[in-house]
Amino acid sequence: MTLNSKIPEGPLADKWTNHKNKINLVNPANKRLIDVIVVGTGLAGGSAAATLAELGYNVKAFCFQDSPRRAHSIAAQGGINAAKNYQGDGDSTYRLFYDTVKGGDYRSREANVYRLAEVSTNIIDQCVAQGVPFARDYGGLLDNRSFGGVLVSRTFYAKGQTGQQLLLGAYSAMNRQIGRGKIKMYNRHEMLDVVVVDGKARGIITRNLITGEIERHSAHAVVLGSGGYGNVFYLSTNAMGSNATAAWKAHKRGAFFANPCYTQIHPTCIPVSGDHQSKLTLMSESLRNDGRIWVPKKLEDAKAIQSKTLKPTAIAEEDRDYFLERRYPAFGNLVPRDVASRAAKERCDAGFGVNATGEAVYLDFAAAIVRYGKEQAYVKGLDENDESLVQSLGKKVVKGKYGNLFQMYEKIVDQNPYETPMMIYPAVHYTMGGVWVDYNLQTSIPGLYAIGEANFSDHGANRLGASALMQGLADGYFVLPYTIGDYLADDIRTGPISTNTVEFEEAENSVRQKIKAFISNKGSKPVDYFHKKLGKIMWNKCGMARNKKELKEAIEEISALREEFYKEVIVPGSADEFNEELAKAGRVADFLELGELFAKDALVREESAGGHFREEHQTKEGEAKRRKEYQFVSAWEYKGAPKDAVLHKESLKYDNIEVKERSYK
Amino acid sequence: MNLTLKIWRQKSAKQKGEIVEYPISGISPDMSFLEMLDVLNSKLISAGEEPVAFDHDCREGICGSCSLYINGEAHGPDRRVTTCQLHMRKFKDGDTIFIEPFRAKAFPVIKDLVVDRSAFDRIQHAGGFISINTSGNTQDGNAIPISKHAADDAMDAATCIGCGACVATCKNSSAMLFVGAKVSQYALLPQGQVEAADRVQNMVAQMDLEGFGNCTNTGACEVECPKGISLENIARMNRELIKANLKG
Repeated sequence: MTLNSKIPEGPLADKWTNHKNKINLVNPANKRLIDVIVVGTGLAGGSAAATLAELGYNVKAFCFQDSPRRAHSIAAQGGINAAKNYQGDGDSTYRLFYDTVKGGDYRSREANVYRLAEVSTNIIDQCVAQGVPFARDYGGLLDNRSFGGVLVSRTFYAKGQTGQQLLLGAYSAMNRQIGRGKIKMYNRHEMLDVVVVDGKARGIITRNLITGEIERHSAHAVVLGSGGYGNVFYLSTNAMGSNATAAWKAHKRGAFFANPCYTQIHPTCIPVSGDHQSKLTLMSESLRNDGRIWVPKKLEDAKAIQSKTLKPTAIAEEDRDYFLERRYPAFGNLVPRDVASRAAKERCDAGFGVNATGEAVYLDFAAAIVRYGKEQAYVKGLDENDESLVQSLGKKVVKGKYGNLFQMYEKIVDQNPYETPMMIYPAVHYTMGGVWVDYNLQTSIPGLYAIGEANFSDHGANRLGASALMQGLADGYFVLPYTIGDYLADDIRTGPISTNTVEFEEAENSVRQKIKAFISNKGSKPVDYFHKKLGKIMWNKCGMARNKKELKEAIEEISALREEFYKEVIVPGSADEFNEELAKAGRVADFLELGELFAKDALVREESAGGHFREEHQTKEGEAKRRKEYQFVSAWEYKGAPKDAVLHKESLKYDNIEVKERSYK
Repeated sequence: MNLTLKIWRQKSAKQKGEIVEYPISGISPDMSFLEMLDVLNSKLISAGEEPVAFDHDCREGICGSCSLYINGEAHGPDRRVTTCQLHMRKFKDGDTIFIEPFRAKAFPVIKDLVVDRSAFDRIQHAGGFISINTSGNTQDGNAIPISKHAADDAMDAATCIGCGACVATCKNSSAMLFVGAKVSQYALLPQGQVEAADRVQNMVAQMDLEGFGNCTNTGACEVECPKGISLENIARMNRELIKANLKG
């Protein structure tokens, strides 16, 4: 099997328009005869389901949550990028394209990224029309803020809850179609297998999470918008239920899995507080607009802070090391996430961490409070030298901008971030890798599509802030609804797909067998025991810095852990009831396979790029060192155990952008 | 910390439930309330017993999955938090904690502490949207200026996470804070005004059909709302409804 990315011919800026003009369409009357399954109802799945239904297809949408509105896109905080150039600061489609390819460390497809930048402006218009309450300035126009890795202000936002508002927008579009009967919504349903008939994806097997019923659902095409696999690390900013099962089952049925080792470790998360920790909480990247990141300059100060005998506010300005501003003067605190995370790790590894575990750095708003306070005092004609006045005015401005984040921090950490700097540390946040797709977002199984974080296509080896929301909605609103028609045009005479076939029976039986095996297993350890162990291996050996020796160990350890899991896991209760442990067991079983492929991918990629940092491949200054011979996408074909997976390479060409060392200095 | 938990256990919607007592020890004040329940569940599972079922997902206060009525309060004793953001430092060593599901006729129990809140979805199917298709041809986002105050107020209403604390805490099991917030978001914005009358009428009709009670202005919902949604939204919904009904 060879990989064909199906990138259209022609100049970069015309590819998408030309492609749309040439692909097949399905006429409105025929769309009524075609069923499409959408798995996942986040920004990608929700927007795709709504748009496909508006077009006239019969959509069946599935989510494991009790409502589509609870998909984890809801937790995205900071914003969404679009090349509107409302600020007049020189932004353009090309610049957004350029920033994204460079930010991804030259490991993404030019054509896909350009299309993403091109449709970004439509997304904002669409969302405004839906009633998404984006932040406005006093003139009534849309406001913007800056995010990491760029030199313009192109991020649109709704307080610190942009993901929530965009998802509620997509959900409202879904609601309209659910009300009209064009979307049939299956809440609390989990997809457990994809059914392939004559080489085409024709349905899925699901489990009703309330009754335990195993169901067959057929369609002419299946779309996966099921998110990323960050929970392979156990601790991440993902929701507890976020899982890779849909994507992984598709992989096992023939969909190639691309670049599993590209993971984003986000620099600004609340540090781990103890072994009981179940998840990590992100503090939005938008905070780096105003917050300054630092650690003490002197090791003795760091030690004193770690033992709680010194307060950060007592450290003099000249004894603070603003390490991002020092190392990257051009971008300062707004360097991309991979760079910021590694820099924080470097300081903490050198002993300068600022909490009891030594794994935290400060994010300080003191300077911003004074700056805003003086501004306000000036505007109001008050005394700029009155310190307490300036403090109170400044805190008010900071509260207006980041109030909900500060409140969230205070509730978790029990410290007041207006008075003392926040403590932050990197945590797993997003996975750039995912199911391999071509330009049409079709996987290597015809009729199976992957959109949003579930696919691999647009972010290369590192994603820029505020680009996940952009990609999810671009795929769901503006790309997939067109490209899927090209495939479905051949299905207008197919008629309904029967679920009474050997393929459905085989898939259902294999799902039933796995469930039965878990329920009847005579083990003694809960699912979480194995998930936590897997997470530790991943974090320690496949985390922010990787090397050959440890990756090899990780592969061995994960494989051994998987064996132990099947012997020792205990799943209480029965299969025909609400049983969260059973659902978790299936998800962790898949993570235990995916984790091994992840480590194998990281081992094979003998270079550093974006979020993938191999200690063997770094510059003298400790920056990631790419290698020309690795300018390709790794697409893995399933062949049984993860160790047997076969690598296919899709080489990446850059005709419109010069590949050079990624510098933020 | 050592605690005594008194938890509502109910095998399924059809079976009767009861309060069951569980002693628990070794709880750190830094744990979240749900992490404390994780500890309990891990012990139950290892002992071969069924864990306590509860809804949860994002664990950062935004998805609206977690619920729980803790010592007689929706989302527990702290203010402006969901249960997943409630920390054990709000309790004292030796405390007894009652944990029950959100109770309302429109929120039937599925199992233990898990309830069915799909009534909220159906209210939104009835009218919680602006009828606009995806096309790529919508007018420019800046074509209609929206005053910062209107945008901010709409945003405040739109922050509702749909958890149902307002219903659980209301003596009438009224959903008017939830519906009011949704109606307000659209009422405050110029988009979608052409269908404003239908929207409010359809959503309120569905709300009544689901079996939610009426509002008697006690204001308990506003106090317990983790997102601080204001009672003003109920007043605005009532105004919108009267306006719509008068128009006929």
